[in-house]
Amino acid sequence: MADLTTEFLGIKSPNPFWLASAPPTDKEYNVRRAFEAGWGGVVWKTLGMEGPPVVNVNGPRYGAIYGADRRLLGLNNIELITDRPLQTNLEEIKRVKADYPDRAIIVSLMVPCEEQAWKDILPLVEDTGADGIELNFGCPHGMSERGMGAAVGQVPEYIEMVTRWCKQYYSKPVIVKLTPNITDVRKPAAAAMRGGADAVSLINTINSITSVNLDSMSPEPTIDGKGSHGGYCGPAVKPIAMSMVSEIARNPETQGLPISGIGGVTTWRDAAEFMALGCGNVQVCTAAMIYGFKVVEEMISGLSDWMDEKGYTSLQDFVGRAVPNVTDWQYLNLNYVAKAKIDQDACIKCGRCYAACEDTSHQAISMSADRVFEVIDAECVACNLCVDVCPIEDCISMLPMAAGEVDPRTGKVVQEEYANWTTHPNNPGACAAE
Amino acid sequence: MPDATPLTPGIAPGRLSADALSDNFDDLHPAYAPHEAAVAADRCYFCHDAPCVTACPTDIDIPLFIRQIQTGTPEAAAKTILSQNILGGMCARVCPTETLCEEVCVREAAEGKPVEIGRLQRFATDTLMGAGKHPFTRAADTGKRVAVVGAGPAGLSCAHRLAMHGHHVTLLDARPKAGGLNEFGIAAYKSTDEFAAKEVDWLLQIGGITVETNKQLGRDVTLEALQGDYDAVFLGIGLTGVNALRADGEDKEGVSDAVSFVADLRQAGDLAQIPVGRNVVVIGGGMTAVDAAVQSKLLGAENVTIVYRRGLDQMGASKFEQDLATSKGVRIIPNAQPMAVHGNGAVAEAEFEYTTSKDGTLTGSGETFRIKADQLFKAIGQTLNGAPDGLELEGRKIAVSGTGATSVAGVWAGGDCASGGDDLTVTAVAEGRDAAEDIHSTLMGGN
Repeated sequence: MADLTTEFLGIKSPNPFWLASAPPTDKEYNVRRAFEAGWGGVVWKTLGMEGPPVVNVNGPRYGAIYGADRRLLGLNNIELITDRPLQTNLEEIKRVKADYPDRAIIVSLMVPCEEQAWKDILPLVEDTGADGIELNFGCPHGMSERGMGAAVGQVPEYIEMVTRWCKQYYSKPVIVKLTPNITDVRKPAAAAMRGGADAVSLINTINSITSVNLDSMSPEPTIDGKGSHGGYCGPAVKPIAMSMVSEIARNPETQGLPISGIGGVTTWRDAAEFMALGCGNVQVCTAAMIYGFKVVEEMISGLSDWMDEKGYTSLQDFVGRAVPNVTDWQYLNLNYVAKAKIDQDACIKCGRCYAACEDTSHQAISMSADRVFEVIDAECVACNLCVDVCPIEDCISMLPMAAGEVDPRTGKVVQEEYANWTTHPNNPGACAAE
Repeated sequence: MPDATPLTPGIAPGRLSADALSDNFDDLHPAYAPHEAAVAADRCYFCHDAPCVTACPTDIDIPLFIRQIQTGTPEAAAKTILSQNILGGMCARVCPTETLCEEVCVREAAEGKPVEIGRLQRFATDTLMGAGKHPFTRAADTGKRVAVVGAGPAGLSCAHRLAMHGHHVTLLDARPKAGGLNEFGIAAYKSTDEFAAKEVDWLLQIGGITVETNKQLGRDVTLEALQGDYDAVFLGIGLTGVNALRADGEDKEGVSDAVSFVADLRQAGDLAQIPVGRNVVVIGGGMTAVDAAVQSKLLGAENVTIVYRRGLDQMGASKFEQDLATSKGVRIIPNAQPMAVHGNGAVAEAEFEYTTSKDGTLTGSGETFRIKADQLFKAIGQTLNGAPDGLELEGRKIAVSGTGATSVAGVWAGGDCASGGDDLTVTAVAEGRDAAEDIHSTLMGGN
């Protein structure tokens, strides 16, 4: 059985599945249950500065997006950082860490952008024995209006400055959690690196309104007739998160900067994908909030079985393996030609491929009177829409054409050599291939 | 406590307690709760040119109405259904969906479990009807008058569509109540809570339809008179004749028509008053045979046997209906034909001969057997009865064109009495509707 032991920034945990800073990690009770369930680590829900704790709304904090059968695809929230006293949290962290020395405990922090505020809190955190800190520069609602959270994460200079303070006043690893509510995520990542961050974690939640109540004409979740944007998370945000992770992983400026992957990790496969894109571990929240802590068992068994099947003995065998294959569009091989192929035995004749192609794409699927659907190679551009709308897995495949064959759509012979847009004759800026 | 038990000899009422009867005659396909409907609707793939629509005799846009349920607008879904099939509520209950829309559902191909179209249709139509809404309105008065004979599915459908177009409709029926087979010819567990009568009342909300019951064609009124008084006539008179067994002893006490038994059950205020045999034999292979057999069992008969002269695959009753019967404890004996009814005055035994079939021709094998029977139901088909003279027939039914026109100008026909199509409620609805459209264009084209 594959070894899932993870060493991230020198912090050991029995598996790469950490719970992200969020309601599931707000207090000792939950964290103990999480560790008993098998989670490798937790990022304790964000602590604020000493003094009267923040207050939360007393109405709905979450809004949802559903798929078929009310399967929760996306969740947003307007909850703030912990609303419990700082001292209570610190004491609990210390107790739990002492009882679970083999698990990772990271403390998420958010205090004002003043050196003194950080200077005050960091020794208190150091004293808990926690393994590191995560700077919450991502929370998009409420705290950002007070100059914290995403308000810091959107200004690279602030990120660098605060990170530097943390490295100065705290001895253990510092992870900088990034907001996705920004145009180019590489900039805050680079700023964190300049400030001395040991790692970045991303993504935090995305600005969102999940729905509008059409009776009260207010956004959901609605508090007394008004709504505020919340932070969006869950399976729906995974593609956005993975793209941002990959941008940092392949950016020469931040190459080698450890990444903790966050954003819609729901199954072992999601975790494996984030890790293939360069994440040393992953953080999970929504899946636990939907299914409870037990869900980690599937993540552990699934990742382990897959690693065994692939012959990977440790996480290091595959972390980052997909990064070299993330490239810019201009470098994609334009000589690669594929055609859709429908497996007639697997086809259930729903005709969704036909409707999609006929109405919205390339009219490349024919339909007979007895509902046989076939690809017209002379029209098929291999766009993959038919594959995506087909309800049956593997019923429609994209088969590459062999070099030397003639593409019936273009009448051109498929070339063996790789050739991309940079050298394409239609590109006004093309440079000669030689 | 009932006076009788399933073991009481002869024919007796009250074999089961009131509670047991109430359980037994509960809805066969219970209505969906909203959550169940949402889960079921989510399974629809919204197929292109969907096979289920093609399979529906009334061409209901099934993917559209299911999507309307999915998106929280079941009343819009109901309108989609009812605009094609005004008796969509009843059809949702009685359609053999397993041989129509659900048989061809792509989910059937994918997983062997179709989208439950019938129950979704019921959810939509029940929601709208439960809200007391009638989503159609009459067009401007045309001044035309149409007589519709027979207030069964074909007649009701025809009358409603004609009324929608602004015509005045007189709807005649021989029975004391409108509804036809919906009211008299369907097992009680398929139409609970007086649904058929409620649906008729709901349908009549369109206005412009005058119902005259106890008016039988040939007895109380003639086609000639109707032709004289009205601009058009539609005949939806069904099949009221019952085929004979042509077996010795058919006239013995305890031998009766299954259709009468089914009708009596539907009209019974108290099921405990319906007498049923300890040993019941039903001869036939259609839906009526199953309805009579299953209900006999549910009333408390100890042994119920259906005997059918051909193979199971040739039974008019679908596989679902056959399974329903056997699941209730009914035994089905295929490939046996009736020879004689024995008994001293009342039936005591029925005698059958095994058959073999070659190229559709049945041959008795010579081997016979007897089954104990206190009560024997004949369910071997119904025939056209009392059709007016002068109408051309096709086989044993009134010959009609694709839109229901008979050989006599100004007279249309549809439903079971007319040629073409299966003898199903849904087919009758389609034929009534299409005839109405043809009558409408004929009447208005003449202006």
